[in-house]
Amino acid sequence: MLYRSHVMVCGGTGCTSSNSDRIAKCFEEEIANKGLDKEVQVVRTGCFGLCELGPVVVVYPEGVFYSRVKEEYVPEIVEEHLLKGRVVKKYLYGESVTEEGIKPLEETAFFKKQQRVALRNCGLINPEDIKEAIAFDGYKALAKVLTEMTPEEVINEIKKSGLRGRGGGGFPTGIKWEFAYNQKETPKYVVCNADEGDPGAFMDRSVLEGDPHSVLEAMAIAGYAIGANHGYIYVRAEYPLAVKRLQIAIDQAREYGLLGKNIFNTGFDFDIEIRLGAGAFVCGEETALLNSVMGKRGEPRPRPPFPAVKGVWEKPTIVNNVETYANIPAIILNGSEWFASIGTEKSKGTKVFALGGKINNTGLVEIPMGTTLREIIFEIGGGIPNGKKFKAAQTGGPSGGCIPAEHLDTPIDYDSLLNIGSMMGSGGLIVMDEDNCMVDIAKFFLEFTVDESCGKCSPCRIGTRRMLELLNKITSGKGEEGDIEKLETLANSIKASSLCALGQTAPNPVLSTIRYFRDEYEAHIKEKRCPAGVCQALLKFRIDPDKCKGCGICAKNCPTNAISGKVKQPHVIDQDKCIKCGTCMDKCPFDAIYKK
Amino acid sequence: MKSIEELEKIRKETLEKVNLRKDRNGIRITVGMATCGIAAGARPVMMAILDELGKRNITDVVVAETGCIGMCKYEPMVDVYVPGQEKVTYIKVDENKARQIVAEHVVNGHPIKEWTISSVE
Ligand SMILES: Cc1cc2nc3c(=O)[nH]c(=O)nc-3n(C[C@H](O)[C@H](O)[C@H](O)COP(=O)(O)O)c2cc1C
Ligand code: SF4
Ligand code: SF4
Ligand code: FES
Ligand code: FES
Repeated sequence: MLYRSHVMVCGGTGCTSSNSDRIAKCFEEEIANKGLDKEVQVVRTGCFGLCELGPVVVVYPEGVFYSRVKEEYVPEIVEEHLLKGRVVKKYLYGESVTEEGIKPLEETAFFKKQQRVALRNCGLINPEDIKEAIAFDGYKALAKVLTEMTPEEVINEIKKSGLRGRGGGGFPTGIKWEFAYNQKETPKYVVCNADEGDPGAFMDRSVLEGDPHSVLEAMAIAGYAIGANHGYIYVRAEYPLAVKRLQIAIDQAREYGLLGKNIFNTGFDFDIEIRLGAGAFVCGEETALLNSVMGKRGEPRPRPPFPAVKGVWEKPTIVNNVETYANIPAIILNGSEWFASIGTEKSKGTKVFALGGKINNTGLVEIPMGTTLREIIFEIGGGIPNGKKFKAAQTGGPSGGCIPAEHLDTPIDYDSLLNIGSMMGSGGLIVMDEDNCMVDIAKFFLEFTVDESCGKCSPCRIGTRRMLELLNKITSGKGEEGDIEKLETLANSIKASSLCALGQTAPNPVLSTIRYFRDEYEAHIKEKRCPAGVCQALLKFRIDPDKCKGCGICAKNCPTNAISGKVKQPHVIDQDKCIKCGTCMDKCPFDAIYKK
Repeated sequence: MKSIEELEKIRKETLEKVNLRKDRNGIRITVGMATCGIAAGARPVMMAILDELGKRNITDVVVAETGCIGMCKYEPMVDVYVPGQEKVTYIKVDENKARQIVAEHVVNGHPIKEWTISSVE
């Protein structure tokens, strides 16, 4: 069935939560009502990246982009656009409408600097139809590998591409595969790490929801390269849509003989199973993940032995991240030279980031390595809302650090981020503006690691807790001279003595905020002041003498009699008596009381 | 799946149905290829367009098949999408017209008004 027009409704998690499923149904109903159902097809896709503007609908062949689509818009879009061929400009993504006409999507600021490799099919295909994946070259790389290449050639190609792990560590993927290939023990295993525990990150989820076949295909290629016939995908149960689409993809791949026995009649067998994780952050660490795959407690163990030597069931195993896999078929088809031509000297290819926090275009972007933070935040991300000033960006989540304005022009890659005290991490990028308190941010990430520490080793379990206590002390106005140094000492010993990278990196957010925003820590400690006005305990209630009419209502309501003043004269608050209950602020009929 | 040929067959068949979505950047030409279009001679039109683009070494123009537009009496119909401009729909296109559409509209940027649907509506 050939359709003249395709209505692509985003079925990613972001848009689904803004009810895109309802929108898709409305389109289907309305299209049927107008008798267009043989001409116009409605397709549910994965994430387009502009989740902030969801629900998102793209209509082909024009390739126009309707944003924040409401049910009420649908009849008009169907009547005007799909029936009469006139694009309904008022509902289009504002960025794409200019005086001269409608800009193609790729020309808008959000998409212009992006380059889609891992996300190549997200938003373009129906992820629940394997044929659409095949139409856009799905499984072609597997066919090429099985019929034209030796395992050594595959490994060499990946090595030459310069691909490094996208799960955080940045280890060269080809070398990892070579280790596993060189092991004599059999059977071997291929594992995909889809745990994605970093708060605010949803890169891997989007790949699984938008193009699950790219991961299945890459795992089969990896299996052929290292000599494995079995794969596991470890995905958190909190990603129901990703799990559902993965299962559909696996079933369809089996049905088409792209998984299973004797693939492409080459004698190569490969099959994949899903393992559900309960969503503990530490289970994303590869040795903990292996334990969890085997049904054991998700606790890390010392390395070596590395998984390539002893992994699942004590057998040689490679563990790679979802996004790492998603790059593999593109490398095989386009060649390692093509891939190596993208990016910087030591970081090749692209990286997907999930933009969040104080940024206009929260969503998903894929940029060539070497793009600057300024380009990501101010061009692609559309800048900071409400005209506020940029303060810092956090990459690498709870393992990473903050990057202040002075480093906005650093080209982003694995090494440059380490140099400025942060790290690539898995791709979460949280933007902070002048209203964010950096001590409070450090506390947020440390609270996360304290909760998520598996408790196996004491530096991480107890040390991070001590650090959190110090931060609580500082933010509640009880900080003392020397606390910053204590934090630094603790941080360094936790980094040096924890068993796994969770503990080893947990102090990073504290260290990097001290490095760049020491003055904010000092203001909390010495002046008992929170410059951003975030830390409750340091805020003081004050009365604005210009607004105060002297009604006395606040004084009557104050539980500690902290407010005094003559009738019709401005009142004042005695800070020593004030217990910061906030009653006066609520009661003042003239909004004369403020917190600062 | 027993062979690459089998995969290639599925790829080609499905691509025809979804090619419309590819390449949001450049010029796109769609040809109505539902039953009515084919009956009216859409296939030679499609071939003429491809041939003309090929002769001129133009590779960045996507040519896609599309379904019934609902105006069968005007078939064969060809739509030309130039980024940033309204689409132009040509009606009752034949091989000769198709070649001129490529030359004038796609290459030189001048739509041939007399052959468009707006000339009859
Ligand atoms: C605490 C902790 C959490 C991690 N979480 C993830 C995760 O969610 N996803 C992931 O791919 N890697 C995660 N990693 C990194 C993995 O240990 C491992 O390096 C990675 O899966 C290897 O794949 P790659 O080389 O393709 O990046 C985590 C590491 C640590 C220490
Ligand atoms: S460093 Fe923390 S998370 Fe890692 S093993 Fe030790 S206690 Fe567990
Ligand atoms: S905040 Fe509460 S304690 Fe302080 S002055 Fe106002 S009413 Fe009194
Ligand atoms: S989920 Fe729809 S654009 Fe991201
Ligand atoms: S006490 Fe000043 S306005 Fe109420």
